[in-house]
Amino acid sequence: MQVVWLRSSLALRDLQAFIQHTVVYCKMDPKLKKTKNSSSNSANSPDSTHSSFPFPDEVLERVLSFLHSHKDRSSVSLVCKDWYNAERWTRTKLFIGNCYSVSPEIVARRFPRIKSVTLKGKPRFSDFNLVPQHWGADVHSWLVVFAKVYPFLEELRLKRMTLNDESLKFLATSFPGFKALSLLSCEGFSTDGLKAIATHCKNLTELDIQENGMDDLGGGWLSCFSENCSSLEVLNFASLNSEVSFDALEKLVRRCKSLRILKVNKSITLDQLQQLLVLAPQLIELGTGSFQQELTPLQYEGLGIAFSNCKNLQTLSGFWEDTSLHLPVLYAACPSLTFLNLSYATLRSGELAKIVAHSPNIRRLWVLDTVGDKGLEAVGSSCPFLEELRVFPADPFEQDLHHGVTEAGFLAVSHGCRKLHYVLYFCRQMTNAAVATIVQNCPDFTHFRLCIMNPGERDYLTNEPMDEAFGAVVKTCTNLQRLALSGLLTDLTFEYIGKYAKNLEALSVAFAGSSDGGMQCVLQGCPKLRKLEIRDCPFGNAALLSGIEKYETMRSLWMSACNVTMSACKLLAKEMPRLNVEVMRDEGSDESQADKVYIYRTVAGPRRDAPPFVVTL
Amino acid sequence: MAMSSEESCSYPEESELELGLGLSLGGGGANSKTKPSPAAVEATMAGHWGQYARILTAKDFRSVVSPKECSSSSSSSSSMTKTNNNPSCGVKRTAEPSSPPGRSGASQVVGWPPLRNYRIQSLVNHAKSPKTEEITPAIDKCKNKTTIVDKTNCGSNLNRNVAKEKGLLKTSLFVKVNMDRIPIGRKVDLSAHSCYETLSQTLDDMFKLSAVVGARRSNAEEQVLKTRRSRLLNGSSEFVLTYEDKEGDWMLVGDVPWEMFLISVKRLRIMRTAEANGFGKCTLAYALSCL
Repeated sequence: MQVVWLRSSLALRDLQAFIQHTVVYCKMDPKLKKTKNSSSNSANSPDSTHSSFPFPDEVLERVLSFLHSHKDRSSVSLVCKDWYNAERWTRTKLFIGNCYSVSPEIVARRFPRIKSVTLKGKPRFSDFNLVPQHWGADVHSWLVVFAKVYPFLEELRLKRMTLNDESLKFLATSFPGFKALSLLSCEGFSTDGLKAIATHCKNLTELDIQENGMDDLGGGWLSCFSENCSSLEVLNFASLNSEVSFDALEKLVRRCKSLRILKVNKSITLDQLQQLLVLAPQLIELGTGSFQQELTPLQYEGLGIAFSNCKNLQTLSGFWEDTSLHLPVLYAACPSLTFLNLSYATLRSGELAKIVAHSPNIRRLWVLDTVGDKGLEAVGSSCPFLEELRVFPADPFEQDLHHGVTEAGFLAVSHGCRKLHYVLYFCRQMTNAAVATIVQNCPDFTHFRLCIMNPGERDYLTNEPMDEAFGAVVKTCTNLQRLALSGLLTDLTFEYIGKYAKNLEALSVAFAGSSDGGMQCVLQGCPKLRKLEIRDCPFGNAALLSGIEKYETMRSLWMSACNVTMSACKLLAKEMPRLNVEVMRDEGSDESQADKVYIYRTVAGPRRDAPPFVVTL
Repeated sequence: MAMSSEESCSYPEESELELGLGLSLGGGGANSKTKPSPAAVEATMAGHWGQYARILTAKDFRSVVSPKECSSSSSSSSSMTKTNNNPSCGVKRTAEPSSPPGRSGASQVVGWPPLRNYRIQSLVNHAKSPKTEEITPAIDKCKNKTTIVDKTNCGSNLNRNVAKEKGLLKTSLFVKVNMDRIPIGRKVDLSAHSCYETLSQTLDDMFKLSAVVGARRSNAEEQVLKTRRSRLLNGSSEFVLTYEDKEGDWMLVGDVPWEMFLISVKRLRIMRTAEANGFGKCTLAYALSCL
């Protein structure tokens, strides 16, 4: 009898099917078992005894095909060699959280039947310019291997990877059945690459381009979709600024009857939007174009009607160049909304209040802090089902305290929205007491990301550090998975984290802590920690080395502008051969200082594509 | 309330230098224009770093208690400065005893507050809209500095990519300019200007509105021309500057604040008042007389 631990998120239906099959076939004759050829696997398979499991492999594979979560699949693959083989033959979706933790060749050997790949590259702090240019994470070497091994690849989702137009062209021409491309926070390519995708991928269902460091050379790529292309379900080009041919877009929307997600860019005007909505009332997610246009009363009415005809609309975003004049056209669509992204619209409190009054079913809300505390009060009273709130700063470099939101707004939301479990909150002032009350109101936080924008800011009422605030968070929110710290913090915060945050998986630290002890507490106290990113903290070698055995259980550690030296890094690298310890030194700094350290577990050995400024020890 | 553009920015050159840092890599041309502050010079180490200043991190400001006064214009430029081929961003130097007073906090630090470049870029662009009037002067000042450096480095390919990646410089705002009776139009980069005056001067140069093409001009004529330029906009010369806005209407240049103009302009047209097409002579004359 084998025991398999699976995550509780496994769908009940899947689990029932799994158990049903398991029970039925346990009674079968063991002699019916056949083994599949598992050559060249010995290097990769885990140490396990070969058990005479009473399943034919085909049955086991059928059963395992119900499993979709890659974490469950990883658990399954560790049970025994048969299960490992069955799992690898049935896995169709590949998720690689760190592209350097494994090589394309290793992946290709283990999984022969991959249809969908998700790849993440650079450390998260690269989004904030902390990682130099040309650091790596180029997708091309992966594509070359995939072209050989997975010619029927259908989906590619990249996050923080580097790719150029040549790679996009290669992708477009190497996989005849390619369907879905999603690029988030990637860089190195231009709209010419998108032209290749639109031209060559005849069965494209998804093109999702978000917030990339790309060159926008014009909107001509949209016109490259062939007139036979009618399979699009997802089209998101909201973050591209160039004007596209509305004629081409209109025709595309008209013939793609399965289109469910459409996010246009700011070149699309309101009356053009109306025409699109009339063509696609089945949309589930809509990103508007520019909201700033003088509308005639007739146009205004037409737009309102178009919105009210979109009965399936669940997500609204866009609102570039907003003007509050036209927001009422949305009201008819608001009741069915579950996600409202207003984070590019400089709305005031009154305007937001009106919108949320019409949107009682909102689960996720993103806003700019121009709505102020008053706007958030309105959210608190109108949105009882709210689960996620993100408040971004409209003016992040402004010092004046009179702008944006304060602890009052957050408090107001927590009073009214007891189901809140995800928050990202940028503010200029906060108090320990407020945070303690907030988490008492909403003890189910899984993601708590508080950014008090001035580094090292104290509790503005008591002038104390913000230790007690985050202490309250970790004590009360036992399900906390992700935490981002800010404000003036001593080692006490980290003691609290190490002591209470037993489910913490990701921690982001900046300008905090007093000594090595802080980091040590976290490394020793948080068993589920996978991602730790630290910048500008007084943690040194002792702290780094205290985690020497922990890093192999984590995805990665980033430390920059701390007090770590090369000697400690070298020691770590020597002791732990299955870690890559990469150091980047700032020009002109001391030879012995390790200014930026990136440590991650890997089965692929040291990077072969590291640029000269990245030193692998 | 005291806004960034009026703030006593103790080290204006330093902020310009920091901005120049990223953009002049490989060229080094712009830096000769700015005088590095003594602090920056002292900081630089041997070899390739030359006149580059470092990007300040919050460590330097630990000693500063109150983050209140700060010039957010220069700060926004420095905080968004991203080094490019230079392998290091955020060069640290050994603790400098005399940190510049009055500059600290979020605005001085690379990558803080933690917002993606895309979002910051959108905010900068949005800040030019009339709604957020307070920040407009700050952004203008920002823009001026960046465009000064930009011009001197336009030879470098790197520059354009770097500028984009920084998220600070908006992609240039080239619009068409046509003039009555001249079949070939020109293009002008509106983001290189910060007010109507410089724009009209540029257009004057482009189209040689003195109508003495190729002829050599005497000093007296130059004086006349100079006077003429500044009159391009007030309707009393023989030329009128108009623009087509986002809704397709032709409007007279000069009515709205510069930033608002930038948002709505699609292209420009220099009309001859005597022969303005589509306008009755009387209509245009009437319109102009109302100015």
